[in-house]
This record gives sequence, C-alpha cells and structure tokens, in this order.
Amino acid sequence: MSRPLRLSLGGAIDRKKPVNFQFNGRQLCGYKGDTLASALLANGIHLVSRSFKYHRPRGIFASGTEEPNALVQLEVGPRTLASHQATKIKLYEGLKAFSANCWPSPAFDLLGILGFFHRILPAGFYYKTFMWPRWGWKIYEYLIRHIAGLGYCPRQPDPDRYDHMNAHTDILIIGSGPSGLAAAIEASHSSARIIIVDENSKFGGRLLSDNSKINNKSGPDWAAQQESILASNPNVKMLRNTTAFGYYDHNLIGMIENLTGPITGVKDKKRQRLWKIRAKQVVLAQGAFERPLVFSDNDRPGVMLAGAIRTFLNKYAVIPGRRVALFVNNDDAYRTALDLNAHGVEVVVVIDLRKEATGVLPNRTISEGIEVVEDAAITGVIGKSHVKKIEVMMLSEDGKSVQGEKRFFDCDLIGISGGWNPAVHLHSHTNGKTVWRKDDGVFIPGKTLQNIISIGACSGNFSLQSCLKDGWTAGKKVVKLTGFSSKKTNSPKDTENIPEQPWRNIWIIPSNAPAGQNDKHFVDQQHDVTAADIQLAAREGYQSVEHTKRYTTLGMATDQGKTSNIPGHAILAEILGKEVSAIGTTTFRPPYTPVTIGALAGPYTGLLFAPIRRSPMHYWHESNGAIWEDVGEWKRPWYYPKRNESMRDAVARECLATRNSVGILDASTLGKIDIQGPDSAEFLNRIYTNNWENLEIGCCRYGIMLREDGMVMDDGVTSRLGKNHYLMTTTTGNAASVLAWLEEWSQTEWPTLKVYFTSVTEQYATITLSGPNARLLLEEFTNDIDLGGGAFPAMQYREGTVGGFRARVFRISFTGECAFEINVQASGGANLWANFVNAGEKYGITPYGTETMHVLRAEKGYIIVGQETDGTVTPYDLGMNWIISKNKDFIGRRSLNRPDTARDDRKQLVGLLPNDKTEILPEGGQIVSQLQATYPIPMIGHVTSSYHSPILGRSFALALIKGGKKRLGQTVHVPLVERTITCQVTSHLFYDKEGHRLNG
Amino acid sequence: MLVIECPWCGPRSEEEFTNGGEAHIKRPSKPSALSDEEWADYVFMRKNTKGIFLERWSHSSGCRRWFNAARNTITNEIAAIYHINEKPPKEIS
Ligand SMILES: [Zn+2]
Repeated sequence: MSRPLRLSLGGAIDRKKPVNFQFNGRQLCGYKGDTLASALLANGIHLVSRSFKYHRPRGIFASGTEEPNALVQLEVGPRTLASHQATKIKLYEGLKAFSANCWPSPAFDLLGILGFFHRILPAGFYYKTFMWPRWGWKIYEYLIRHIAGLGYCPRQPDPDRYDHMNAHTDILIIGSGPSGLAAAIEASHSSARIIIVDENSKFGGRLLSDNSKINNKSGPDWAAQQESILASNPNVKMLRNTTAFGYYDHNLIGMIENLTGPITGVKDKKRQRLWKIRAKQVVLAQGAFERPLVFSDNDRPGVMLAGAIRTFLNKYAVIPGRRVALFVNNDDAYRTALDLNAHGVEVVVVIDLRKEATGVLPNRTISEGIEVVEDAAITGVIGKSHVKKIEVMMLSEDGKSVQGEKRFFDCDLIGISGGWNPAVHLHSHTNGKTVWRKDDGVFIPGKTLQNIISIGACSGNFSLQSCLKDGWTAGKKVVKLTGFSSKKTNSPKDTENIPEQPWRNIWIIPSNAPAGQNDKHFVDQQHDVTAADIQLAAREGYQSVEHTKRYTTLGMATDQGKTSNIPGHAILAEILGKEVSAIGTTTFRPPYTPVTIGALAGPYTGLLFAPIRRSPMHYWHESNGAIWEDVGEWKRPWYYPKRNESMRDAVARECLATRNSVGILDASTLGKIDIQGPDSAEFLNRIYTNNWENLEIGCCRYGIMLREDGMVMDDGVTSRLGKNHYLMTTTTGNAASVLAWLEEWSQTEWPTLKVYFTSVTEQYATITLSGPNARLLLEEFTNDIDLGGGAFPAMQYREGTVGGFRARVFRISFTGECAFEINVQASGGANLWANFVNAGEKYGITPYGTETMHVLRAEKGYIIVGQETDGTVTPYDLGMNWIISKNKDFIGRRSLNRPDTARDDRKQLVGLLPNDKTEILPEGGQIVSQLQATYPIPMIGHVTSSYHSPILGRSFALALIKGGKKRLGQTVHVPLVERTITCQVTSHLFYDKEGHRLNG
Repeated sequence: MLVIECPWCGPRSEEEFTNGGEAHIKRPSKPSALSDEEWADYVFMRKNTKGIFLERWSHSSGCRRWFNAARNTITNEIAAIYHINEKPPKEIS
C-alpha cells in the first residue's frame, strides 16, 4: 500500500475530529480545520471542475481566494451556492459539493469531448457574436446559457438567516499575517480601539504556510502567541472568517463574516454577517498572490502554485503530489522544494528560468541533492487529466525561444512560481493609484486619499523581516495618527533574513510552436483566456488594457483575475512594445470576493423588508374580509367581497350603494400636513397654482402643485382652520415627498416667510361618508354641527363633536356625492367607524375600498396623480385651466408658457367609451387613430384609467391622447394582441356633469 | 458611503441624507420677464463639475434641515459645510 497523503504530524488540522463530506456523491472524510480543497487532495482528488469555455479538466491550482479553477456548487436545494472556491470552503460535517461545468462528470465530460467551444468561442466572442445576423445570437445564447454556466441559482427562498452590523473603530487592520499581527500588537499598546480581521479561521496568514521562525518560535506558534495577547486586550476586536470585500468612501469597509456552515440546522443561528466598519485609520496587510507562469498546457490538473503546495503541506499536512517538479523564476519557490524534501516527498527537478540560480535557497536545494536546471523552461505537459510528465528545453539567449535537446521528467505535480503580486485590491477600490516597480515587475500601492497604510507583502515588501518591521512601524504610526500615544517598544528583529536573488520575468514561456498553435498557454484559467487570445486582441487593434479586458474577458471571472491580470497585462505590453506602466492596469472594483445576496439583504426580508403602515380601522377591515391593496407602505382595503362574490360584483355593489344610499371609506392614509404661521397663505400661493389669499376660515379649496418644469406633482384639498392655520391633504403615496417639497422651498428659497409644517397623517383617523343618505346618518352623531346644505355647503369645514369625539368635519367629495370627511383622533377611529356601520345599517351602509373609490371618481372625471399623470402632464393637458391663476407667480408657472408645454398637440385628458359596452380597455393600452396593414401604426396616446361603471351600465375609460381636446366625437382604436377595441372619444365627465348630487 | 457633518446634528452617515443637487441656484424673482432660454437654463441646466462642487444636502432622516456642502466630485472629500443661505467660505470659492 502506498504511503498516505496525509502527514501524521503537524498542520492546523485536528486529527481527533474527522469530518464526513460528499463530493460528486462520493462519501469522503477529512479533518476539522481542513478546507474542501485540502480534504479533496488528502483523498487523492485533484480534478475538481471543467473550464468555462473549453471544458478542459481543471484541478486545484491555489490554496486561497485566488483560486481560479476549483469551483464547486455547494449544497443542494434552497441553500445551494454557485461558483464557490474549494480552497475557501471550510469543511463541515455533512458538506455536499459538486463539480461545476461538468456533465456527466469531471472525468468524463461530453461537452469537452465534443471540442465544440474552441471553434465557436474565440477571443472577443461577445463582441463578434453581436455583429452576426440576429438569428445567430439566439443559438449562441442558448448554448452559452445551457452549457457554459458556472453554476446554478437556488430555485427556492433562502432558509438561512443573515445579519448586519455597523461598527466604528480607531484602527482597522485587514489581514493577520506577520505584518498585520505586528501592527496590531504594536497599536494595542495604546488605548485606541482596534479591529483586526482575517478571512481564515486562524490568525497568522502566510506564517501558517511557511516554515519560518520568529524569536526562535515557529511561525504558527508565534502567531498563536500574538493572537492570545490580542484576545486578552479589551480594546481589540478580532474578526475571523471575515473577508473585507469593498473599501468605500470615507474609510467605510464592507466585510462578510462567515458564521456557520450552511447546514448546521441550528435555529436562530446566522449564516453570514455583513459588517460595515468605519475606521479612522486603516492598515492594509492583505499579503500577496503568487504569480503563475504562462507556459504550454499550464492548466493541467496537477499544476499548482508553489506557495500553495507549501500551504497544503505545512498548514493542512497534505501531500499534494508524490513526485514533484518545480518551475520557477525566483528564490522563494525553492522553499517548496526544501519543505517537500524535508517531508520525504521526492522533488524530481527544479526548472529555473534564470540564467543562474546562485542564491542561498537554490544552493541549499542543490546541496540536498535536488537537480536544478538553470536557464530552462517547461515546454510541454504530458497527461490530459493529470500531469504525468514534463518536457523541458533550454532557453535561447534572449529567453524568447527554446533550443537544444528535449528532456523529460516524470512527475505528478508541477509547482510553479513567477514571483508574487501585492494584493492591491482594497487600495485600488479607493481610486488609489498603483505604481509599476520595474525591478521585479509588480504593481505596488501608490497615492490614495483615504487614510490607508499598506504594509508587508501587499505593499511589495515580501520578506518576513520587512513584513514584521512594516507592521511595527505602521502600528506606531496609526496610534499617533488617531491621536493616541503608545509605549516604547522594540521592533521584533529576530527572524532569519535570507537574501534573495532577483526574479526573471518571462511573460510567455516559449515552446516549440508559437503560443496557441498546437497547445494553449493559459493566462486566465477561469475564463479560459490564453496568451494567443491576448495576442489576437492586440492584432485586432485593442491597445488599452481596459479594452483588451472586455474583448477577451481577461480577469472578468469571479476570481477577478487575481492570478491572471499582471501576466495578461505584461503580455499585452510586450506585444505592443510598451512598458507595462504605459498601458496601465485595470481598476479593481468591489467586491474583492463574491458576496451573497443573502448577506446584503441581511435580516431585511419578509416582514422586515419594509414597514407596514396600518390605519386605525385596519383590524375592522381585516375582520370584515377586506382584500388589501398596497399603497406606498400603507395597507388599504381594495374591496370587501361578500362570501363568494367576485371583485367585479363586489365593486359594483359598493358603487351602487354609495351612489344610491351611503358608503363609508377609510381615508386615514391620505397625507395630512398641518401648516401654521403668518405667511402660510402667501406660501400656499407660491406652491399651488390657484389663489389662496381669499380663502376664508372654515373653507376648503382644491389645489394642484407643479414642479418647476410645469408638470403636475400632487393634488389635494387644503382647508383654512384659523387665521394662520391650514391643513393640507396630499395623495397617500406622496405625503412624504410633498412635506419634503414644502420644507425645501421654505428653507432654501423663502427663509423669510414665517411658515411651519408638521405631518399629522397618523394623528387622525379619517372616515368618509358619501352618498345621498350620508347627511342623515351623520346627523345622528352630532348635535353641535349644523349639517344642512345651506349652513354647511360643499368645500367647507366645521369643528364639533361627532359620536362623542372632537372632530373636524370637511365637506369634501371624491365621489361626486354629498360627502363628509370626519377626522377624529386616531385612537377613536375604530370605535367611531364601528358605530357608523351599526347605525347605518338601516340605510344599507356599505364599506367601500380603493377600487370603488377609483370607479366613482373616474365617473366624475377626477384625476389621480400618478395614474392620469406621469410627470409629463401639465394642468392644461388635464383640462384644468380653471385652476391656473393668471395674476400671480407660482412654482412651475413660467414653464407653462414654454413652447413645448404650450403645444396644442400635447397629450390631453379625454374620456373613452368602447363601442362594445362590455369591453374594458386595459390600462396602459396604446391608442391609434387609424388601423392600417403596415407596422408600426403611429400611437397617439394611452389609456390611463378604465373600469366598468355600474351606474352607467357600461365600460368607460380615461385616456391621454395627442390633441385630444380636438378629437371629441372621433373614433379611435386600441389594438390588443388578440383583438382591437374601438372607442369614441368623449368628454372625461361621465356622471352628474352639473354637480347637483355633490352640492345637494 | 460618505460621512456628512450636519451643521445641527454632527457627523452622520450618508444614508440619513438626501442630495439636493447644485447649490446657489436662485429662483428668478420675475420668471415672466425671462426668455424661454433663460428660464430653461434655471429649470434644467446644472453643472457637472469635476472637482469642488457646491451642492445642497438635506438631513432628511434627521433634523430635516437643508445645508450646503463643497464636495470634491473626484475624491468625495467634503471641503466645507455651510448654512443654506450662506455664501461658500472664501477658501473654497
Ligand atoms: Zn441634522
């Protein structure tokens, strides 16, 4: 039996706690502390998925956030998550994961065998396909959507719970590697509040992956010691399993904390928490990503970053291969050879791109008996679904081609390293500049306006010693910058400081044939972008990085090009014969890693999604079978069906009862704004289109307010309650915006006018009695208000007692019937309503909802703002010339004389009567004046409101039609999918044109 | 997400505020005397400044007061905050 792939000692796993999980239906076992990737490798599984475009087999390439290949569909059913990196998933009991892009399995993939995608998806296929004939796109879209997806979405609502948290801190440190820990320790000597976060469950970052020593302690031990020092400090908050995904304005950082595995099943446990942290100073210590080498067939399973091999070996105690070849351009990668050798894993060869490898680490490697081939390159990989053998040739003098005899080495793992790229992502989110450091070819953080200090590897200082020193210095600095004072301490110096020789950057590793001819040099493995694709883009004229990125989709996959961007840009620069700094770099944008919609939504779903506003009479409506209509945040009764009554029958019954006897409506939701101050009338004069100075106390007036562009904004009745006291009503949906509108004008434009506004919508319950028997019913409830038509005419207001409550009674009608709006304190509403209903029984009093209200008002030609108007309608368009004062200025007045608003072919409000009285026009239906055989038929307007009128015994509608006022009596058509409705254009007043009923 | 210092309530998160667009646009005192072009300029035309921009904010989920701010539209730095009926501070204008 061969040696197990798990080391018997070491690593950050708990061998006493086995964890069972499933991958593609196979039952497997790992340990607590494993990631899915390390557990798969320990089970000998490398091949995890198929690539997006070409369906090539792909394995685990990296060990963390930068992983481009090992994407899985995590879990099933409503908890499933697409495109999750196996390297980021902490193993938990019962985990289920499935390969992405594989059908029927990663090892046997039909689509890959078809070799289909290679031909139809060249670089720029998004662009090119759109230029093809229209029918082409349909086919490709179908193929792409059905075959090339990176995963699927859950079909059911997410059963898990999510949380949001806001926090403020003096110092925020992102990353807990050597530099982050050193900064935190140093800053913690002050009394500043500190938050330190790391995306892993253990602090230490690279210290847990590398075999290093600090103050004679091993890396993990030193990290654990610092972690416990920080944990005992009450000023320090430590967030583990937390990824900072976005850096926003004014030092606001968004983070996701992973709290539990998705299938814990524990009630009230949260799956993820979204943190919004505002910091005075931010220390970025995110580290660096190892850079791949772009060589022939570099995407084979078994090709892995050299640093990732160390992580699997040292942190997870997994041997990812038994015969390892390394392909490198730097000294650091030799640590992988040394660590493997120390664990007895055979290192077959180290291929070094550099002309000579003479540094301390290469020398140590050679002295351990490992062959090092200098000035050479891997020119081919043998083994389709796993590495079996490599082909190696010597480089030419300029490194642009290969020469000499081929050599072959048997191996099952290739460790590659092209150096390291600082993780400048969060810095970049702040619009921070990046600077190209020519010596080793890396982008390092440049200027930013946010309060950031980038340290350690993410600032381009890769050695352990410089990381620790950076941290120590930054810790001191941020304490000072946040206004605290710290103790004197010594820099932790006691680390092994091994000098390293420079890297040699060869961006496309030469092989026997030009890139792309016989084989593929992958740059972006997740999006299957090859060096040849970038060359093609350059040949086709794409010269800027931003354009090339969009054309080839380089770096646009879920990994955002963490490993591919720099090689890609460097290849483009090389083809264009420019410096990398001259072609620029793409801007990293949030999120750094994918964020679930669940975390962004947080707890604000279901009932917490938006507040529900209920009127004081809500529960009466509810227990009397009201069907609800949502109007803004309000619940309003839509209609009250009796037993099996249909909506149409219920509305007809409510309409007729109101027209013939008495109806009762809950109008509490209408906005009510109390206006006081000596300049109230003047203010109303400026806001409304009509005159307000002559409105007497006890009188009401309908008003329309316009925006400054002359378009109708809101309408409502305002009553004068006292000398300097008015009550304005607004539409239900616009109450808040009208209040804001009044406040804005009063504060910004007319601060000298003495006028004050208070929303009193919720302080009053408003009950409307409407119909010929309304007065008779109300008379039973009051003895101090004379309700007689002569004493209390329409559009007036009285105060008195109604049903034992202090009441404001308005004779305002929205139905065209004699109507009273009774306002009492909110707490009295339900009681008074019930008493009205009981006492009104002899009149057949009928509660009616918003639908009946709409029918009754439309019969009278009354508009509803937002239905007859849409922000492009003037009062003239509505035929409301009578409400426009000619002798004063008001908001929007000048705009009514603009040439466009004065046109006489504007859409104007008219009535429509379908020839077939039973046909109800669909609201929004487009109107044409003539039917014709050829399309398009010019459209002249649209239906705004349409109902069946029980009192008229027929259907009718309101519409906005071009030049409508001149079309009265004409025939128009509303073509629908299956039929056309022909109608006559009429006046928009349908019922009681003279107003006898209302004024009676 | 900006931190905005309301002159009445102190520093608060942008979520509590409403942006009111360009500041210092005075409503003409005699609109009827304006040509169509002049009126359209007042109603519709706004600056799209790169750099320091004088704009109005309302602390709509707070004290509901309007005020002016000088914000750098490139960096989102807020260089000054001043009362709604005041002129911008000298060092800004
Ligand atoms: Zn405020």
